[in-house]
Amino acid sequence: MIPLAGKTIAEKIFSAHSGTDAHAGDIVVADVDFVMGQDGTSPLAIRALANMGVTEVFDPKKVALVMDHSSPSPIEGVSALHTIMREFGKSTGATIYDVGEGVCHQLIPEKGHVVPGDLMVGCDSHTCTYGALNVFSTGVGSTDGAAAMASGKLWFKVPESIKVTYTGALEPGVYSKDLILHLAGEMGADGATYEALEFHGPVIDELSVEGRMTISNMAIELGAKAGLMKADAKTLAWFEGRGEKTPNPQDPDADAIYERELTFDASTIGPQIAKPHAVDNVSPIEEVEGTPIAEGVLGTCTNGRLEDFAIAASILRGRKVHPDVRFIVAPASRQILLDAIEAGYIQTLVEAGAALVTPGCGPCVGTHNGVPSDGENVISTANRNFKGRMGNSNSFIYLGSPATVAASVIEAKITDPRKYFG
Amino acid sequence: MEINAKAFKYGDDINTDYIISGKYKFKSNDMEAMAVHAMEELDPEYFNKVKPNGGFLVAGTNFGMGSSREQAPLVLIHSNTKAVLAKTFARIFYRNAINTGLPVVECDTDLIDEGDELSLDLAGGVLRNVTKGIDIAIKPLPPVMAQLLADGGLVEHFKKHGGFAL
Repeated sequence: MIPLAGKTIAEKIFSAHSGTDAHAGDIVVADVDFVMGQDGTSPLAIRALANMGVTEVFDPKKVALVMDHSSPSPIEGVSALHTIMREFGKSTGATIYDVGEGVCHQLIPEKGHVVPGDLMVGCDSHTCTYGALNVFSTGVGSTDGAAAMASGKLWFKVPESIKVTYTGALEPGVYSKDLILHLAGEMGADGATYEALEFHGPVIDELSVEGRMTISNMAIELGAKAGLMKADAKTLAWFEGRGEKTPNPQDPDADAIYERELTFDASTIGPQIAKPHAVDNVSPIEEVEGTPIAEGVLGTCTNGRLEDFAIAASILRGRKVHPDVRFIVAPASRQILLDAIEAGYIQTLVEAGAALVTPGCGPCVGTHNGVPSDGENVISTANRNFKGRMGNSNSFIYLGSPATVAASVIEAKITDPRKYFG
Repeated sequence: MEINAKAFKYGDDINTDYIISGKYKFKSNDMEAMAVHAMEELDPEYFNKVKPNGGFLVAGTNFGMGSSREQAPLVLIHSNTKAVLAKTFARIFYRNAINTGLPVVECDTDLIDEGDELSLDLAGGVLRNVTKGIDIAIKPLPPVMAQLLADGGLVEHFKKHGGFAL
């Protein structure tokens, strides 16, 4: 018998979790290590569980619900949904992260609920974030989430993988956000549908764990099921002191088979901007420099981490947010808020004129914390700029890195941050 | 069962924010009330057009991209959308549609124009454009999804088998 070729990260994690020799294209029923829901999706999952006649979760230690998208509640309807989640936590023992704890995609890894080599699903499309931590994590709907909460299992089609390698080095003022925006522009919104992205190369190795999470977070914007990376010494160090689970890193084999392999020289990529109203409508910042902006946003599951606050604070230190701009900052978790206070970043940003809001999703999804007005342009570190995304169909959202947002709020126009790194 | 209704045609890359905006989906668990906002970003009249007599939502590539919100297929069901026909679907939406019982059909939607009368026989795998007098080939569901749909969706599958029996 001819031995099969080596395996990708995705094939290895699915093999380990399904008890099969899993290869791309196989349908497997796999054990999941964790299941998560947020306040926009958990209430429907709880309803689906009730419809299944299920009153318990498979393992309360492996289920968490997070109030982050609309939190603290701005209206009675949301308050009622939050109550449903709290009651579910009491009745099943599942972990509840209540108002002020932060964004699900920061909390799940930060609290050590997943470790390298794990397989998890979340009722939120940006669950792919933990791929940066060598976790096969993917977004599912509420009914799939309910099935996983009930049984600890879910069915999957093992995806083919696309290998993306970054060579060279990032120029000062250019970040991992610029790399993933550039890739969205190159591949398009369905460039990786049904597939996993696997990121490699010296540029990825050089990035911090936080910077890597920004890339994996946006894998879904290319249609991908996951955005995976190897776990290296930095990854393992990041998990130290975060809970009791033991990492089980899964490296791809040298002879793994990829559907495609793409290589980019990061040295040639400058700051990138996704223009309204699509994430793949990307251009180099030079093409949109000078576009007036009325609101800036620093935060979200894409760029609300300590490193992002450090970058923004380094640009805004001793400077002021333009009087025509609202600059809204939302740390991705309570811990990040505390760390940013201790490091002085919050003081710097607030002194510069930033409005600090509760750890969570901030204004990203249009429920609260800064809905733009008609005709206004927003520059945001978030991952989506669809029409109406921030709650007003007549506003325009541009996406960029934390450095680009910080540079832009000073001048009330889209500004190349490299001027601060000369 | 044969479904007969008119086609309502839209473009490529229709995301779930357009199917149901975040500003509505976080407010309530009442899909009937939310359905009046279905497709509002692209066509504020969608609900009024489709609700009275039902309709097929016809689109291009990558229908349902973006968020994992299951409210997207649910508001389409409650707006009386009989099925979504598209060239390709985004992954999470496709699963959510099958799980909640909204038929999704991959086919060449260039053969369908706005207002065409269509007839869909899902079990028989036949889609007919009555207006143009042509049959349109449809891509069969993956067997695992066909089984879930045959059981009446994922909730019914679980009730019947007490877990996954795939």
